[in-house]
Amino acid sequence: MATTLKINGKNVAVEAEADTPLLWVLRDELGLTGTKFGCGMAQCGACTIHLDGTATRSCVTTVDMAKGANITTIEGLGGKHKLQEAWVRANVPQCGYCQSGQIMSAAALLKTNPKPSDTEIAEAMNGNICRCGCYNRINAAIKDAAGVTA
Amino acid sequence: MTKVQTTRRDVLMGALLSGGALFVGGISGVARAAGTAAASQVTAFGPFIRIAPDGMVTVVAKFSELGQGTHSGLAAIVAEELDADWAKTAVEAAPANAKIYGRAGFGMQLTGGSGSIVDSWMPLRKAGAAARAMFVSAAASQWGVPASEITVENGVVRHAKSGKSAGFGALLDAAAKVPPPADPLLKTPEQFKLVGTQRVTRLDARAKSTGQPMYTQDVRLPNMVYAMVAHSPKFGGKVASFDATEAKKISGVVDVMQIPSGVAVIAKNSWAAKKGRDALKVSWDDSAAETRSTAAIADEYRAMATGEKPVKWASFAKAGDATGAFADAAKVATFDMAFPLLAHAPMEPMNCVAEVTPDGAHLRFGSQAQTFDQQAAAQILGISPDKVTIDTLPAGGSFGRRAVPQCDYQREAIEIAKRMGVGKPVKMIWTREDDMAGGFYRPMSHHHVRVALAADGYPAAWEHRLVGGSIVAGGPMAMMMQGGVDPLVVEGVQGSPYFKATPIVDAATFHPPSKITALWLRSVGATHTAMAMEHIVDQLAARAKIDPVAYRRELYRRAKAESHLAVLDKAAELAGWDKPIDKGWARGVAVHECFGTTVANIAEVSPVDGEPKVRRVVVVVDCGFAVSPDQVAAQMEGGVMYGLSYSLFGDVKLVDGVVQTTNFDSYRVLRHTEAPKVEVHILPSAKPPTGAGEPGTPVVGPAVANALLTLTGKPVTAMPIIKSA
Repeated sequence: MATTLKINGKNVAVEAEADTPLLWVLRDELGLTGTKFGCGMAQCGACTIHLDGTATRSCVTTVDMAKGANITTIEGLGGKHKLQEAWVRANVPQCGYCQSGQIMSAAALLKTNPKPSDTEIAEAMNGNICRCGCYNRINAAIKDAAGVTA
Repeated sequence: MTKVQTTRRDVLMGALLSGGALFVGGISGVARAAGTAAASQVTAFGPFIRIAPDGMVTVVAKFSELGQGTHSGLAAIVAEELDADWAKTAVEAAPANAKIYGRAGFGMQLTGGSGSIVDSWMPLRKAGAAARAMFVSAAASQWGVPASEITVENGVVRHAKSGKSAGFGALLDAAAKVPPPADPLLKTPEQFKLVGTQRVTRLDARAKSTGQPMYTQDVRLPNMVYAMVAHSPKFGGKVASFDATEAKKISGVVDVMQIPSGVAVIAKNSWAAKKGRDALKVSWDDSAAETRSTAAIADEYRAMATGEKPVKWASFAKAGDATGAFADAAKVATFDMAFPLLAHAPMEPMNCVAEVTPDGAHLRFGSQAQTFDQQAAAQILGISPDKVTIDTLPAGGSFGRRAVPQCDYQREAIEIAKRMGVGKPVKMIWTREDDMAGGFYRPMSHHHVRVALAADGYPAAWEHRLVGGSIVAGGPMAMMMQGGVDPLVVEGVQGSPYFKATPIVDAATFHPPSKITALWLRSVGATHTAMAMEHIVDQLAARAKIDPVAYRRELYRRAKAESHLAVLDKAAELAGWDKPIDKGWARGVAVHECFGTTVANIAEVSPVDGEPKVRRVVVVVDCGFAVSPDQVAAQMEGGVMYGLSYSLFGDVKLVDGVVQTTNFDSYRVLRHTEAPKVEVHILPSAKPPTGAGEPGTPVVGPAVANALLTLTGKPVTAMPIIKSA
């Protein structure tokens, strides 16, 4: 089934069944592989994207649900986003697999709360698992990007 | 600059062609012996260094990047001795070739045992220093100046007196013709400018912060198909029959095939493969399957360890004469501790891209044991292992899971690729549920310990009975067994400083056979032995009414365990061990050595809403010389989180042989709100580097249990801790 999605500011025609999770359309059909598969049931956050600016798990968001919305993926952040620069400065990633999702959740947080506290960061990021345990550095990088002193 | 490519081999070959002049001559003896395919990887500077005409230095890493940061560490060692510009240093995974890229003394290419930097520290220093000497020699002849007057800094070769200077790129052809010195002069530690400093950053930080394609999951190839495999829900189960009618009706499904481990659904994309597999009807033959529950197995292990159910013990530590040592019951303390199955649960579930090629096979994935993986493909395809090319991609975590000698998930991809035929690459992916229920867990165990105490409150005799599933028995690593003892299960009890400090020791183990597949998990034996030993020692200290830090100090003094003493003292100082703490909170301490690295943790703990809350962990580590202090710190931080996660929550449960904990909703892992603040201190050391990836993991669990003991007076007797709390 042909559908048009608005991804990273561009209209993109995709061929997918309406019940297909957006995650797999992004990854397999469009080659936007920055969004990761981790659990398939909105438990780990590796697939986090923005749907009209809100952090959303693309593994449980169907193509049908995403129609008409502004979809932003990690590729849409541009590569020089202040969070990405802070991530590099702090050497945040270890295996790195969860980091796209972490950064997308953090970007959504900073849009609504530009100067978050430690507790607000932890709560906003609680849906994003990092098995390497980079939590301290993620926290520090978000504060660095937000200009919040430790 | 992209440092990580899914088509690594193509990039490598392209670089070789473009740098043509470099690759004539100068091939080392080891490469010649290994044959032409391997020799083509080797430059004038040996198998670990490539230098491009623009001066870019690429270090070839023979160990896999799983998140532990080893690629950056390996590159930094070369860059240091070569005096390369760190900003113009890249790193690339080595091809699979054990003759060139095998681990020293191991004969295999495999990443594990926290051994990458340990293995490569001297060889890569020598390689870097030799290449530097070649540039110096080339510049000296070109400029007609004495080599002794030439300096190298940040990739620039300079002669101050004449004002001449040139980058590596400009001198490349001349340097490549200089015979490499056999015994190049190495720097003294005082001359280091990069290693040992915060300048060693992660070379993959940007790629991993911008969503670059690099993982197995990201591989996209022409003609590639996607596959998922339906596995037996029980360990040891086999396919009895299957009906693919409904699966084949799913749009995008192209084939359904039986392979040795189950039934594979082949599709045009991941989602179709998933839907196809969901629609598959398979009936399983459970006649040879494990049908027990983990609760029943745990009870059996307890009965064995306590002597209720007789077993054939194998001794692994003995000192003095234990006869009569435990006769006075008033002076004997008895301890029991049970450990569950643990899943590695890396963020990227297991996966492998396999392709049969006209002359062999091509695997693209986060390989961690390239030699085993080559052998598995060779055996399935009936070819020789050197015909199996592996592009080792960065892995989205492993924690030991990808270094699986049985090559379970790799075989699935290869079996499917074999059936698909030449030129049809297949990306075989596991879902989270496949990964969690897929076995190769840290095996279950039960420690039953009796300690007879001397009048001074310290152990006079220690009897240890450890029942635990073997990691290596019956598998490809069975040669590691030592007379009925799996050293990977008993390590940490065996060799404990507390045994050295105790006059009479009698330690024995029994490994019950199991159909539930077992594997090493980050820090291996220490995942349970550190907990058992460190929690017992705190209980002994409490019984003797001696402060646990002071109690350990005395035992370490008796055992001459200097590293233990050093990390303990520093941790006590940094954590403010002797200072009061907030009401309702307590500090707990633990110290453990594994892979040559000793780590102390002091954790601050309080029960909050019925669960232990850990707010701060002070880590002191003695890992010899720290090549990358920032990444040693990262491994200690991550080790605390990983260890805390499994210590608090980790518990793979089986009911009637079926895994119940199949995703992060039922297999709980540590999240942001549960993460303590971790403060790392690295002890300065002039000793060669020891491991960093694993030793930070097993210490936090006992530190937390010991804090809870102080708060509640109740010991932890079964893991995970939330079960006892």
